[in-house]
Parts: sequence; C-alpha cells; structure tokens
Amino acid sequence: MSEQQPYEPRIVAFLCKWCSSAGSDLAGVSRIQYPANATPITIPCTGAVSPMYILSAFNKGADGVLVSGCHIGDCHYIEGNYLARRKMHLTMELLKFIGVEQNRFRMSWVSAAEGAKFAQVVTDFVNDLRPLGPQDKLKKAVRT
Amino acid sequence: MTKKRTGVFVCHCGTNIAATVDVAKVAKEMAGEDTVAFTQEYVYMCSEPGQESVVQAIKDNKLDSVVVTCCSPNLHEKTFRDNAKRAGINNFTCEIANIREQCSWVHNDKAKGTEKAIKISRSVVRRVNRNQPLDSIAVNVTRRAMVIGGGIAGIQAALDIANAGVEVVLVEKQATLGGRMLQLSETFPTLDCSQCVLSPKMVEVNRHPNIKLHTYSDVQELAGSVGNFRVKINKRPTFVDPDKCKICDHCTVVCPVVVPNEYELNLTARRAIYIPYAQAIPASFTLDEEACLGLNPIVCGKCKDVCEPDAINYDMRPETVTEDVGAIVVATGFDLYDQANMPELGGGQIEDVLDGLQFERLCSASGATKGHVLRPSDHTEPKNVVFIQCVGSRDPAKHCAYCSKICCMYTAKHAQLYKHHVPDGRAYVFYIDIRSGGKGYEEFVQRTMEDDDTLYLRGRVSKLYRHNGKVRVMGTDTLTGQNVEIDADMVVLALAMVPSKGTAEIAKTLKVGRDNDGFMAEAHPKLKPVESVTGGIFLAGAAQAPKDIPETVAQAGAAAAKVIALLSQTTLNRPPLIAKVRRSHCTGCGMCVEACPFIAIRLEGGKAVVNEALCEGCGSCSATCLRAAIDVKNVTQLQIHEMIEACLA
Repeated sequence: MSEQQPYEPRIVAFLCKWCSSAGSDLAGVSRIQYPANATPITIPCTGAVSPMYILSAFNKGADGVLVSGCHIGDCHYIEGNYLARRKMHLTMELLKFIGVEQNRFRMSWVSAAEGAKFAQVVTDFVNDLRPLGPQDKLKKAVRT
Repeated sequence: MTKKRTGVFVCHCGTNIAATVDVAKVAKEMAGEDTVAFTQEYVYMCSEPGQESVVQAIKDNKLDSVVVTCCSPNLHEKTFRDNAKRAGINNFTCEIANIREQCSWVHNDKAKGTEKAIKISRSVVRRVNRNQPLDSIAVNVTRRAMVIGGGIAGIQAALDIANAGVEVVLVEKQATLGGRMLQLSETFPTLDCSQCVLSPKMVEVNRHPNIKLHTYSDVQELAGSVGNFRVKINKRPTFVDPDKCKICDHCTVVCPVVVPNEYELNLTARRAIYIPYAQAIPASFTLDEEACLGLNPIVCGKCKDVCEPDAINYDMRPETVTEDVGAIVVATGFDLYDQANMPELGGGQIEDVLDGLQFERLCSASGATKGHVLRPSDHTEPKNVVFIQCVGSRDPAKHCAYCSKICCMYTAKHAQLYKHHVPDGRAYVFYIDIRSGGKGYEEFVQRTMEDDDTLYLRGRVSKLYRHNGKVRVMGTDTLTGQNVEIDADMVVLALAMVPSKGTAEIAKTLKVGRDNDGFMAEAHPKLKPVESVTGGIFLAGAAQAPKDIPETVAQAGAAAAKVIALLSQTTLNRPPLIAKVRRSHCTGCGMCVEACPFIAIRLEGGKAVVNEALCEGCGSCSATCLRAAIDVKNVTQLQIHEMIEACLA
C-alpha cells in the first residue's frame, strides 16, 4: 500500500468573488502551500451556484465539488449565502439519495481575511477524498 | 455565432509565476484551443512594453477577445480591460485567469502547478468564447459624503472633504467629538498639547457650513452602492437641547447619581447628567439614560428644576435619520486591550497599575488631578514608576500577534512627562525592542534615556502584585541575564491597540471586511491602503491598523482625496454584469422575483423584468430559475458549464 501513489482527486471549487476567492488570493499572497487538486471557478456569489453546476461537475468526472462563500451574515449581496446554504443542503440530500458519498461535496465559509483557512479547507477536502478513489456514480460513461 | 478570435497573453510575473508554472506549456496548450488565434508570453505583461504588446497584438491579429493569465483580477483586470478598449475592442471581452495567487504562489510542484494553470486558463478561454460586448451603466452620483467616527481621523477627513466644497455628514458614537486624541495630554515627538492642536479643529467642524454633525449616534443600516448609499442613523436622546444649554453646570451640582467617568478612564466619577470635557463639541450636557434615576419629575427631576434655560427635556426619544451619500469614510478608531486578559499583571485589579490612556489623563491639565502626577490609591506623588511596553502586543501565543506600533514612542513620552512632573522620581522602562522609526522619533527616545535619565531594561515582566503599599514588579533584564525586582509606586502598561468596541458590528453593517486581528481590511496592502474592499467606502486611522497621529492625519487626508475624486464625477460607471431575462424561456413563475435580494425583478405581462438600476448581478435568480431563463451577463449558466468541463478536461 505504501508503495502506491495516493489517488489524486479532481475538484471543482466554486468560490464567491467577494470572500472565498479573495481569501484564496490571500493564501497566495501569504504563500501558504496546499494541494493543487482544486481548480477554482470564481462566481459572483454562492447564491449563484445552481445545483445543476454540482451535478454537472460530477457528471463531467469531478471527484469532489467545493462551494465556498462569505460567512453567514456577511454576504456582499445580503442573503445570497443563505439561499446557497438551503440549496446546497437539498443538493446534499439528492446526492445521498443517488448514492454519492457525502464527503464528495462540501460547503465552506471563508472570508477574504482567511487565507490560511482556505488552504486548510482544500487540504482537508483532498485528504478526505483520497481514500474514496474515483467518483463514478454520476460520471458520464465514455462513449466508444 | 461566428467563431471568436481570442488572444491569450501569459505573464511570467518575473519568476513569481514562471518559477512554479511552465508558462511556455500554458501558452502552447492555449494555442491548441479552437478559438485561440494568438498566444504570447512576456516577463511582465503589466509593464508598459507588455501592455503595448497586448494592444498591438489585438490590432495586428484582429482579435476580438482577450485572456490574460496573470495575477488576481483584483489587481489588473482594469488594466487589461482598458488596453482592450484602447485597441478598439469592447473591454468586457477581456478576462483574467488568475494563475498567480490561486496557483503559482501556492503550489511548489511545477508539474501539478502547470496542470492546474492550464485548467484555469482553459476555463477562462471557454468563458470568453461566450462573452458579450457590454457597455457600462452610467449612474448619477450623490455628491455628499459620510464620515463615521469623530476622532482625529474622522475630523481631518471631514474637514478636507468639506473644504473641497462637498457636504459631509459626520457621525460620532460618543456625546462629543475628539475621540482618543482628546484624552491625550501631550503628543510625541514635540510634546505639544494634544487638546491645543485638536480643539480648534473640533470647533471648525462644528462651525463648518458643509459639515452636518450627528453625535451620540450610531450607523444602523446601509443600502445602495458606490455613488449612491442610503444610511440609516440612530440618534440616541441626550435629553438636553444643545441650542438652549448654557453649560452653566447647575444640573451636575444637584444630580444625586454618581457613576465612573468613562471619559476619564474611570479615574474619576461623574454625575448622571454630565459634559464629557470642558471643550466638548457640541458644547452641551448629556443625560445618561442608564444612570439617571428615572427621567421623570416624580422620581427625581432635580436637574430640570434648576435648569434656567429649560434645556432639559425628559421626553426626547431615539430618532432615526436617513442620509443619502455617495461615499463613506470609516474612522472608528481603537480601544486598548483588556487588562482582564492578563491576571499575572493584576488583571486590572491593582489600583496603581494604570494603562497608557489613564496615565495621559493624570498628566493632562484638564484631567482628574489637574495635571499633577498622583497615584490613584493614596494621591501621593509616585517616586518610582515602571513603564512596561508590549503588554498584549507581539505575543501570538496568548494575546495579539502584531506590534501596536505607537507604544515605544508613547512610553518614551510618558517617561519624559513623568520626569518633567516629578524631577526627583525614577522611571524604568521594560522593553523588547525599541521601534522608533519616524521623523524625530529616535532622537526623542534618546532624549528620554539620556536627558531624562530613564532606565531602559530589555526584558519582560512576568508578574505584578501588591506588596507593602507598593506594586512589586518581577522582571528580567536579558542584557545582564539578571532577574529584576522593583517595588514601584506606580506601574503604567503600554497595552496593545485593538479595534474599537463595535468594529465587528459596523464592519458587518457596511460590508467591509476585517483582517485576522479584527481591524478593517484595506483592499490591497500596498496599492490600495485607504480603500476598503467595498467600492466607495474608505478607511482612515486606527480602525485600519495601529498608527500614530501623523500617519492617521495622512491617511485621513488620502481617504478624503479619494472621496473628493469619486464625487467629482457627475456619473459613475457601474459594471454591466447584471441579470438578463430570456423572454422566450420565461414562464412567469416568479421564483426569481422571490430570490432577488434587491427587489430588482418584477413580473410584467407574465414575464420577469429586471430593473437595471437595482440589479447588482449576484446571480441568485439564475441559480433559482428552473428553465435557465435568467442569467447574469457574461456569467451565464452555459459559460459556467463550459468552464466546469474545461476544469475537468
């Protein structure tokens, strides 16, 4: 087992422009190292993350999906992250129903001042995803 | 849709990107994208030759869209969008792929970093494929500013803005202007009297035709955005009409209630009806509702009985005032770290252990002892005084990690003031380092050591306790390696500066971020030191970080200049990235209407209609719509799906 390379999960990270994307910028400015598995997509607000995006990412082969926004109460758009929280909770239920491991989808609150936290969120997520291996429940079968 | 001709410009950022990302490979991979007609790498894309090459390449290759893979869009999105415009294409067809902060700086593994940089770049190229040329939306600007906080930072900012001919609303939480600076005795490094410098400015604020003052008031709510904010202010009742009050002092003589005087840092007491300082602006008494026996002539009413001008009115109620402004300066200042957090230093329970501000009041001619340095416990002149620096500062394990910046200087000042008041006294200073960067500062500290014969001991104090009517100071002198015990008559702690009480709440109300230490966060540590992350809201003074008076005044002036520049425009350009309805898909179900936090969507003839003036482009509507009938321009669902695909390719 120790000889084997650990599985490198592929993650899509939806980061809100005001908090989590800025927080990941701060992780950069502070040169805090974390695994390169998560590719960020910056969106205006977590409230703009449609459940379809999550399903689409899994469908296209993501092993994990992260949605990260401003802390509850701190949303730049007043209540976008409340909407997101409700929506993502339902998405989680749906994923559970389908049989996708709960650990494959995560939501976090990272402010613009929390560079270290952002790095930690990604590191933890990668560590939790590694033992799960590739996600194939929702992955579109490769056409031959 | 005709195929785009996109140019991809890969920046090395010196070695900031190139050291951990194979930039040539990124450029090569992007060249393989269907819509990419041109790629180029350059060592500093944001430099003059770099920018020129972007403009030239757009013209030469007839490019219609641009992707610059470089640093965060917060830094150079505007730079490159302006270049796109200069080259004759629409600026909103230019996007940034952040491969520095979100990639090269956080991944040392070059192979993995390069792979991720390619994914990020590709996703942005795919996004740009469907970007529409857009025009900014012009909105009118409210030519009026608000300053929150009436200390030296707020006063300076308000005066600078008002002198430029712009109306200013100044909101102060306390019953008087002046803030912390009004509590100081003298200021370093010139030892000029703090009140002599500040009071004229306070009077000027009060008399200025362009300044509207709300004291004893709090900001409650903020709506709108840069150029057009609407602020709700809660004015607490003072129960005294400032226009009628003659500050004759008859009321305090009869008031039976005695409470600690917070303006004198609890060194003295005040009555329930009081004036913070003789120089208070507005010059009027305030009735402390919580301390008063009952605001009712049946319960007490003594103050009202003796008030000849009939200025006291028990029926005053809190008032909500709404102000429309185009820009805001936040100058909410600082407090001192709570001594209760350090029981080893007495935890605030030893009478003769004072904080720096209390010592200022002892030295001040207007203070509790009329400028005589007397120790609080027995009102005798202290002959041995120990000053301790870095109390709560520079202590990441237990207290604040940061340096409070001004304590080395004010402790040197305190030692000088003490020696000037008590020439035969002995002053000791415990320090970690002396940080005296600043004009005339090092010389000032040297004068304290040499001319005023202050004994500087390099080391920390582990314990303070009462001992035979004195305060036993247990410390170490690390230069001689000896433990030091001093029986001091008085101890003064240079406590860390922390954001003022209520900073967290006001930051939340204004939607400006705070840093790890709780201070207001600037938009960029070097290039935007007075801007907050929210457009149109600027920062000044110790609310942003510990700083001294000259720096505070400079930052307040800078914030004022930014406000004046912003408000000198008649219209502002709002980003046009707002929601758009595809009428053919809309069923008029109204879910987007409910999801919109800005009440910007309504149903008209069975279809959703977006009010472009109100829409902020958050996208909550698009994530809610079941038929993908509403999208934010240039962040459409189709674009996001294609970006997801690129991230996983």
